Amino acid sequence: MKKSIMKKVLSYIGKYKIFLFLSIFFAALSVALTLYIPILTGSAVDCILGPQQVDFTALMQILGKMGIIILITALIQWLMNTCNNKMTYRIVRDIREEAFHKMQKLPISYIDSHSHGDIVSRIIADVDQFSDGLLMGFTQFFTGVVTIIGTLLFMISINPVVAILVVVLTPVSFLIANFVAKRTFQMSKLMSQIRGEQTAYIDEMIGNEKIVQAFGQESKANEKFDEINGRLQNASVRAIFFSSITNPSTRFVNSLVYAVVGVTGAFLAIKGRMTVGQLSSFLSYANQYTKPFNEISGVVTELQNALACAERVFEFMEQEPQIPDKENALQLSNPAGKVTLEDVSFSYVENQKLIEHIHLEVKPGQRVAIVGPTGCGKTTVINLLMRFYDVNSGSIKVEGTDIRDMTRKSLRTSYGMVLQETWLKSGTIKDNIVMGKPDATMEEVIAAAKASHAHSFIKRLPKGYDTVIGEDGGSLSQGQKQLLCITRVMLCLPPMLILDEATSSIDTRTEIRIQKAFATLMQGRTSFIVAHRLSTIREADTILVMKDGNIIEQGNHETLLAQNGFYANLYNSQYQG
Amino acid sequence: MLSYLKDYKKEAILAPLFKMLEASFELFVPLVVADLIDVGIGNGNHSYVIRMGLLLILLGIVGLVSAITAQYFSAKAAVGFATKLRHALFSHIQSLSYTELDTIGTNTLITRMTSDINQVQNGVNLTLRLLLRSPFIVFGAMIMAFTVDAKAALVFVVAIPLLAIVVFGIMLISMPLYKKVQAALDKILGRTRENLSGVRVIRAFCQEDKEIVSFTEENNTLSDLQVFVGKISALMNPLTYIIVNGALIVLLYIGAIRVDTAIITQGAVVALVNYMSQILTELVKLANLIIQLTKAVACGKRVSAVMAIENSQQWEETVKELETDSKNAVVFDHVSLTYAGAGEESLTDIDFVAPKGTTVGIIGGTGSGKSSVVNLIPRFYDATKGTVSLFGKDVTTYDKETLRNQIGIVPQKAVLFAGTIRENLCWGNENATDEDLWKALETAQALDFVKEKRGQLDFEVTQGGKNLSGGQRQRLTIARALVRNPRVLILDDSASALDYATDAKLRMAIRNLQKNMTVFIVSQRAASIMHADQILVLDDGNMVGKGTHEELLQTNEVYQEIYYSQFPKA
Repeated sequence: MKKSIMKKVLSYIGKYKIFLFLSIFFAALSVALTLYIPILTGSAVDCILGPQQVDFTALMQILGKMGIIILITALIQWLMNTCNNKMTYRIVRDIREEAFHKMQKLPISYIDSHSHGDIVSRIIADVDQFSDGLLMGFTQFFTGVVTIIGTLLFMISINPVVAILVVVLTPVSFLIANFVAKRTFQMSKLMSQIRGEQTAYIDEMIGNEKIVQAFGQESKANEKFDEINGRLQNASVRAIFFSSITNPSTRFVNSLVYAVVGVTGAFLAIKGRMTVGQLSSFLSYANQYTKPFNEISGVVTELQNALACAERVFEFMEQEPQIPDKENALQLSNPAGKVTLEDVSFSYVENQKLIEHIHLEVKPGQRVAIVGPTGCGKTTVINLLMRFYDVNSGSIKVEGTDIRDMTRKSLRTSYGMVLQETWLKSGTIKDNIVMGKPDATMEEVIAAAKASHAHSFIKRLPKGYDTVIGEDGGSLSQGQKQLLCITRVMLCLPPMLILDEATSSIDTRTEIRIQKAFATLMQGRTSFIVAHRLSTIREADTILVMKDGNIIEQGNHETLLAQNGFYANLYNSQYQG
Repeated sequence: MLSYLKDYKKEAILAPLFKMLEASFELFVPLVVADLIDVGIGNGNHSYVIRMGLLLILLGIVGLVSAITAQYFSAKAAVGFATKLRHALFSHIQSLSYTELDTIGTNTLITRMTSDINQVQNGVNLTLRLLLRSPFIVFGAMIMAFTVDAKAALVFVVAIPLLAIVVFGIMLISMPLYKKVQAALDKILGRTRENLSGVRVIRAFCQEDKEIVSFTEENNTLSDLQVFVGKISALMNPLTYIIVNGALIVLLYIGAIRVDTAIITQGAVVALVNYMSQILTELVKLANLIIQLTKAVACGKRVSAVMAIENSQQWEETVKELETDSKNAVVFDHVSLTYAGAGEESLTDIDFVAPKGTTVGIIGGTGSGKSSVVNLIPRFYDATKGTVSLFGKDVTTYDKETLRNQIGIVPQKAVLFAGTIRENLCWGNENATDEDLWKALETAQALDFVKEKRGQLDFEVTQGGKNLSGGQRQRLTIARALVRNPRVLILDDSASALDYATDAKLRMAIRNLQKNMTVFIVSQRAASIMHADQILVLDDGNMVGKGTHEELLQTNEVYQEIYYSQFPKA
């Protein structure tokens, strides 16, 4: 599984191949130059044999050479780091962008059934953790590998015997790093998992902090939080401690190598087969040769962590998207508004029946009111009409075409929707109004706002239409939010309307005017209204009375009253209580 | 903030100590090698060479043991610290009043609780491990150099401050930039959350592409910023490399002169060179550490900024007994309210008396201040003028628990939490029996649908109650408030998702239930409040009418308008 994650990570690098190649090239160059310094230092030391035995002309030449190399190396190092940075951050950007794209393509059922905090933590925190690991990986992995190869070559050129000794000892480093990494992966995964759980909890509690406080649940929330926090603590200590064992262990292998090189080199030097300068070069090589192993193993553990996060990110990215629009999907344009439901059955959960065998035919311009007790499946009808969910069997047709055979975009723009739960995005008031018609002029916006009676309160806001509202409408009242949502629809005037208890929290004084505006709006437009207001219901052409997912009565106000059934009962109950 | 490390004092001290122990063993290595060259090779002494080799291995073993010990202590301390900090921040947020929550915003709070604290944890871990070790090796190497040759060691004295200037200079420049990076990250986090919560509206208006464009833009800004900061941070390694190796050249030159005049040996020059290269490797680590630390400090500051926000509300500490024999449940005495940061009053001169056991209906237009009125009773906000009294005493004289325990509130937004229905209902009263819960469900008209759920009271509600319909959620929130058996029940427009029939049954059930319970019903619907003992009519923060339905229908223009809009004259 690890390999396949790595493969996916690599596929993101594709676009930045140039940086990758440049980075590898610079790494090779900088390492070669860096490695040349100990040789020069060694030769310099050999120029300094003892009192009155110093060759100053040779020494000065060597030192001059060193100076130039140092400057070039520094420049190349900077270029390499810059390439790595750019590559890493761009890849992270691409992944986030793709994840966000993905989010827009996911079926609503996925979003309804998954914790938002967890999804956010995957796209933000996990990608971040992953980028930290990746950045470290790229910068250190390449220099590490190249240093190892380069050092090896330089060492062999000085003295093959000692070089072989070093080569034989170093795999121990690898083994240790591998051993630790394997054990760490599971622990990091567990840590990451508990962290996700905690994020979801934080999201839920802090997001609804006011209600937590209203019920005096602060201490209980603290308790539950501490429980998760405690588990996170245990998992983290283990994951972090075990992953940090790698460095000291490989460093110990270094010390071993260092000692062996020192002793062997000294023996050779005594025999006169090696100079002291060469021994000093060797010792610094022995250091440089094993240090990349430390770094690489450090990188490997870091990568484990990053991969555990990447796994969660990719898991999200690989969710089944909603069924794409058919290739030859119809572009619904200016529908007259004929909507037919043929034998529609639907349920959210398998084996839990909800809507069954619904038949309905709506002629263009008709007004359909959906009424019934709470929880009878009224909002489900909206989910189906807008194709937020697909029907399980039967079909919904607009202008005689199955809505699954047309583009979602053309279907949805043909509807104007006002939901019971208002939602505004952070941005200016105007941004929120022009959602359905981005190229609307200011005059059009104001006209729409006037028509929905939102103009007067918007006008009074500090910056009018340019007032920035925070997340979820910020300081606006529920009713003001609803007015904005209505204005949004008022502006683009789509041929069909879906109103979900739209006016339930708007004060009745403006409501009269809104209803008048809606009446104009609904003129000649097919509209579906989930409504409780009897005045709205009374004016409907067709009233669907729903109960337990089924349409039990259908007709207009008068005929339904005459039936003296469920609807009549419902209607009369308004005057009770 | 570091006070959260208090419980891990032992670990926090031992970790760097063991690291320093490891470092000091490392510092001996060049001296051993110098002896190996001067004595071992110089005199051709084989057994001395082997002894020195073994000594090097021994130093390695001791180093290993101390390093692992140090890693353990530092992981324990860092994680423990972060755990405490997270706990403290979470409970701090629990203690903030509505006013503070309004000003900070939940998005920010969530990032600070999660990714910021993680960064701080990494920072502490690295600090414990490396912050002392690196300077210790740097200065240790310098001191060791002095013991080798004081004059040659002067090179170290010049090189080290130069290095410090580079390292700290870059740190100072990049610090504020990392703050900007975090802010940019916050932005895309906010957009992601928003897109999840508003998925229906976004898709209905086909805003997916537009949202992607905005996200891409913000994502690019973040990425560009990161690349820019990366460029500056990337200067650290090359600059330090130049300084250290420049110093090496000078060192070799001075060494050559000193050896030429027989002041030091060849081995000593090798030792000096080794110390210089130790400084370099250590500095690379220090530089990386400082980059991480800059991030961590920036995050730490953001966390402590939240911790520094003080609760603007003062509560009585001593528990106050309720005087239940008081005739009036709630009294508003010329109350006005101005929200923090708002220019104008949201409520002006609200004045009424709600006798015990009565029902008060509050009706009025959008933004007329209906919710503001009821929010003052449990002290979600404090009146800026006048006093609100509960059972004859100013609400500010009660302690928090006594006051809020008397009040059952059903907020406008029907929010439920992940957990079973039972768990959700027990928010109202944790000692409630199943029988109490069923009774509350019955009153809240939720009995039927809960009975039909798989597992009934054990039915698992998902986060936000997404597996229930709006009306079901709303009825459960009503039941939650009823389980408390409150003396004052506040229904803040909480029947909006219910149809008239259910709404009517609900009100009837509550009326049958109430004996001593005082009920406040905030609504847009005249039908919901017309049977109340007393109706308050609000308009733009002012109380424009007070009386019964009949009285108001006779005399009050605003009430008439509302009423007839819903019940057209036949």
